[in-house]
Amino acid sequence: MFNHLLSLLIWLPVVGAIPVLLAGAGRPNAARWIALAVAVLTFVLSLYMLPLYNAADATKQLAESHVWIASLGVHYNLAVDGISIALILLTSFVGILVIVGAWEVIQTNPHQYMAAMLVLEGLMIGVFCATDALLFYVFFEAMLIPMFILIGVWGGPRRVYATLKFFIYTFFGSIFMLVGLIYLYLKAGSFDLATLAALPLSMKEQTWLFFAFLIAFAVKVPMVPVHTWLPDAHVEAPTGGSVVLAAVMLKIGGYGFLRFSLPITPDAADAYAWVVITLSLIAVVYIGYVALVQEDMKKLVAYSSVAHMGFVTLGIFITFMLVRGSNNLDAAKLGMQGAMVQMISHGFISGAMFSCIGVLYDRLHTRQIKDYGGVINVMPWFGFFYVLFAMANTGMPGTSGFVGEFQVVLAAFQANPWIALFAAFTLIISAAYTLFMVKRVMWGDITNPHVAEMKDINGREWFVLTAFAAATLVLGIWPQPLIHLMDSSVTQLVTQLANHKI
Amino acid sequence: MELSTSILLTIALAPLVGCLLAGFLGRFLGRAGSHSVTILGVAIACGLSFYVLYQLTAGGAPVYNQNIYTWFEIGNYSAHVGFMIDRLTAMMMVVVTFVSLLVHIYTIGYMADDPGYQRFFSYISLFTFSMLMLVMSNNFMQLFFGWEAVGLVSYLLIGFWYKRPTAIFANLKAFLVNRVGDFGFLLGIAGVLYFLGTLDYSTAFAAAPTLVGRSLQITQSTHWDAATVICICLFIGAMGKSAQVPLHVWLPDSMEGPTPISALIHAATMVTAGIFMVARMSPLFELSETALSFVMIIGATGALFTGLIGIVQNDIKRVVAYSTLSQLGYMTVALGVSAYAGAVFHLMTHAFFKALLFLGAGSVIIAMHHEQDMRYMGGLRKYMPITWITMWIGSLALCGVPFFAGFYSKDAIIEAVGESHRAGATYAYFCVMAGAFVTALYTFRQMYLTFHGKERFVVVHDHGHGHAHGHDDHAHDDHAHAGHDEHHHVSHKDDHGHHEPGIMHETPKESPWVVTLPLILLAIPSLLIGFFTVGPALFGDWFGSAIHVNEVNNVLGEVGKEFHGALPMALHGFLQLPFLLVLTAFAIQTYIYLFNPALAERIKNALKPIYNLLNHKYWFDAVYFIVFARGSMALGRGLWKGGDAAIIDGVMVDGSAKLVDRIAGGVRRLQSGYLYHYAFAMILGLILLLGGYWLVGQ
Repeated sequence: MFNHLLSLLIWLPVVGAIPVLLAGAGRPNAARWIALAVAVLTFVLSLYMLPLYNAADATKQLAESHVWIASLGVHYNLAVDGISIALILLTSFVGILVIVGAWEVIQTNPHQYMAAMLVLEGLMIGVFCATDALLFYVFFEAMLIPMFILIGVWGGPRRVYATLKFFIYTFFGSIFMLVGLIYLYLKAGSFDLATLAALPLSMKEQTWLFFAFLIAFAVKVPMVPVHTWLPDAHVEAPTGGSVVLAAVMLKIGGYGFLRFSLPITPDAADAYAWVVITLSLIAVVYIGYVALVQEDMKKLVAYSSVAHMGFVTLGIFITFMLVRGSNNLDAAKLGMQGAMVQMISHGFISGAMFSCIGVLYDRLHTRQIKDYGGVINVMPWFGFFYVLFAMANTGMPGTSGFVGEFQVVLAAFQANPWIALFAAFTLIISAAYTLFMVKRVMWGDITNPHVAEMKDINGREWFVLTAFAAATLVLGIWPQPLIHLMDSSVTQLVTQLANHKI
Repeated sequence: MELSTSILLTIALAPLVGCLLAGFLGRFLGRAGSHSVTILGVAIACGLSFYVLYQLTAGGAPVYNQNIYTWFEIGNYSAHVGFMIDRLTAMMMVVVTFVSLLVHIYTIGYMADDPGYQRFFSYISLFTFSMLMLVMSNNFMQLFFGWEAVGLVSYLLIGFWYKRPTAIFANLKAFLVNRVGDFGFLLGIAGVLYFLGTLDYSTAFAAAPTLVGRSLQITQSTHWDAATVICICLFIGAMGKSAQVPLHVWLPDSMEGPTPISALIHAATMVTAGIFMVARMSPLFELSETALSFVMIIGATGALFTGLIGIVQNDIKRVVAYSTLSQLGYMTVALGVSAYAGAVFHLMTHAFFKALLFLGAGSVIIAMHHEQDMRYMGGLRKYMPITWITMWIGSLALCGVPFFAGFYSKDAIIEAVGESHRAGATYAYFCVMAGAFVTALYTFRQMYLTFHGKERFVVVHDHGHGHAHGHDDHAHDDHAHAGHDEHHHVSHKDDHGHHEPGIMHETPKESPWVVTLPLILLAIPSLLIGFFTVGPALFGDWFGSAIHVNEVNNVLGEVGKEFHGALPMALHGFLQLPFLLVLTAFAIQTYIYLFNPALAERIKNALKPIYNLLNHKYWFDAVYFIVFARGSMALGRGLWKGGDAAIIDGVMVDGSAKLVDRIAGGVRRLQSGYLYHYAFAMILGLILLLGGYWLVGQ
């Protein structure tokens, strides 16, 4: 069974969605429990990767290989390294929490909702496992479908606009990637990522490919200026959709840079690293200011996601300056690790923030900040979690939000102090937009009589928020296990950047 | 005997355990249970801290420096959680845990009828844990952890009465201003890693001399000295945390928090973290004359100009708050002239007498039923003698009257500044000297207004208790007034239904023993600690390797040449200019407030422009609010509406969607469904095609 562990991780939730669907609208509880069982089983199985994985070995492990489309040389190739494992664990962890979080909140066709969630989970795990470019692309595109359904069916009033924007935006991006992949296939005769990484490419070819990949992944991350789909998608998405979107789907953009842009087009990526770095810093500062004036909590957290994901792209691309500019491998590893830790951490924190907003929305059916105020008076336990996650969002040490940003700033200073200066601005602006929201939502006296009737969190919500809180705190207090897990993979990735292809 | 790791871990974690128990199980433990566990936790930490200090001083224990666990390890870079315990640390640990313990006890009385009792104890224990992590750290990462964690607790405690708009305004302001400092601090830490290759104190300090001659490229042609950049960045962090001009604006507003935390966090310990940090980093700061000059000038400015504001305050806590700003300025000046030991010594004495003054002010506030405006006090000495006497002790220590603790530390600083030849030292000397006069002015004014002269309140015994107690549930929501005009009285609760200033419903009385005991226990060191420790701490080599001073900068060494013991120093002090200034201020204030109260008003009117300047705190708050708060919101709105909505969505996204729509709309019209349209189009196409061939053929 463990020979096919990765396949199992991908297909268990996808196939598990069938009985959930079969349970039907008539037996919502059966659907819920089956979905939960599948999600828990997936999580437990994903934990099995840890003992099987040799963290000291940088090569991809737990590999599976089958010919898929022989005429095109497409393989069903799966394998993982430390970075993939971390992201798969994040996915299966969040997978449980969104099922629990939706338990009685989703009343219309819960079986379909749960099934869509499970399919989405499986496909996202597939993205992190695929080592064949076309297989990656298939998963990458296919996961849009369940997300499209989640927002389109269970979303808010403007869900049609939001889903279309979401779909067209991301599809627009990935078309460029497809063209790039076809070009690479014609050149190499294979979709195998390792083969493509070894393929010699001229600077001109690399440049075209780099920008093709950049568009695809920049939309996903999302980076400025192709981020505007995210606030709309979040605002209209149901809570679970937002949680998965923020916690996992955005990470696929960052992951794509690692698997495509860096190994396949290293010289172009080096030449245009400044573009990504500039956009990342704009994300931190510009988006920070935009987040400050948001009146809708979900929009605020969505913008905050864009700003925090800026650290991911920043951490990835300063490695070029450090490796090629000053041959400072340790600093490059520090920056890359920071980016990776930030991905995982942002998964916890944004997932938690959206869950918190969901808790409020379920009670008052509004996300407008002005409708709240003084929530702490009636929901003290909820207030504890809300303030905890808000603090994590501001990068408070002791929470996971600090670790990645700290590492990226330290590494950025080695590349260029000015980059560190703009990146460190997050300390001020993230505190401003997050705590300004906390002030208006949590503190103060109750002005809206409906707030006075709000009940504190129930057991189910306790479970979800406690799980997120534990993850946030453990990673913040002791990040070394995660860093150790990813260390050899990051080292290999960074070392390869020094190799010129031309 | 070597210090054991388990003892140090117990010191740090005991308050954390107390915090968690009171925070999460407070409802089950009840009030007494909650204050018992937290007090026990802090008492353990305090007792063991004294033991550690004893071991380091008399027990011959070597400096402890060990990592507890690895936080991250990437290549050659690593960060750990670990402790470095030398005498500087041990002294800080004792000060922190001792003041914290007394504040815990005091809180039993002060917060007796507050609904957030358990939460408050949980917070102050969390603070103690965070502060201990800060001072005990052996590396920059953990320092930053403690640094931010105390900021978090400060945020929670300033906003403790979260229903009051002023409190939740103040805590947000405090957090953000601190974050401005932390922004610099983080860059400083990044600079340390860049130039010294480590986050570990001892390795970094050992490598510090290699900084000399290195520089950081700022632009193509500009290079800044590495040590200067690092030190100024680190000091910006200290400016936030230790409320130095121009990042001082958060501290007076932090008085919105309950008084016990004003004493613990915003006077005795947290705000001195910046001072401690710079002293700890003395091997780095000694490398940059420029950075030290900067530190000195910032400190001197704060010492004088924030003190001046204290003269016009009417809120008893705000006087002490501005006094704290001014005293932090003194400590900073001392750092700036390389008199690190002087700064840390003043930090210690100040922790005792300033905590005393705050807790004393709190005692007065309890007696006055949460009236904080001194204009409605007066003559309280006969009602609350213990508070009165202990506060006088604190005040005399603050003013630097010989023999009191503050005298030794403050006088040494003034003399050290006098010895310094650093750029700007003359300005600094003027500021600290004039500051001594100003300190005495606001201190005596405060004491007279509060305890002496005529009573400016009346006691009205009403018997409507049934009515009065109906308001108990609204313990602290009836002062939810917007704005923060200190002419309003800013009490947070009123057990008696209404709150006309100057009307009391019962005679003021001395506070219970849980309140007066800490006052007495703080009055003792405020009186004596300077006398007994000045020799070794300032002029001996007590701090050992913890503080590094280059021989040429050793101003304390120069001052120490004149030092022949604590007694001669005090006797000599009576003839010195600082004491004469205090005496003058005493005479002036005694005349005004005991004999001619109307004079104060006349002076105020005569010096209206100056009064306005001081009363508006030099307009710092107003300008900051307009520029940073309003400005940022306007900028954010502009970027959102202009950038995201108009350009990206309006032009690029929806624009392309509209373009597609328009093209599609045009194309759609072609597909009308009428056969003759298609037939016509086919004929047209045929003509064009054939015509085209024909043209090409030509």
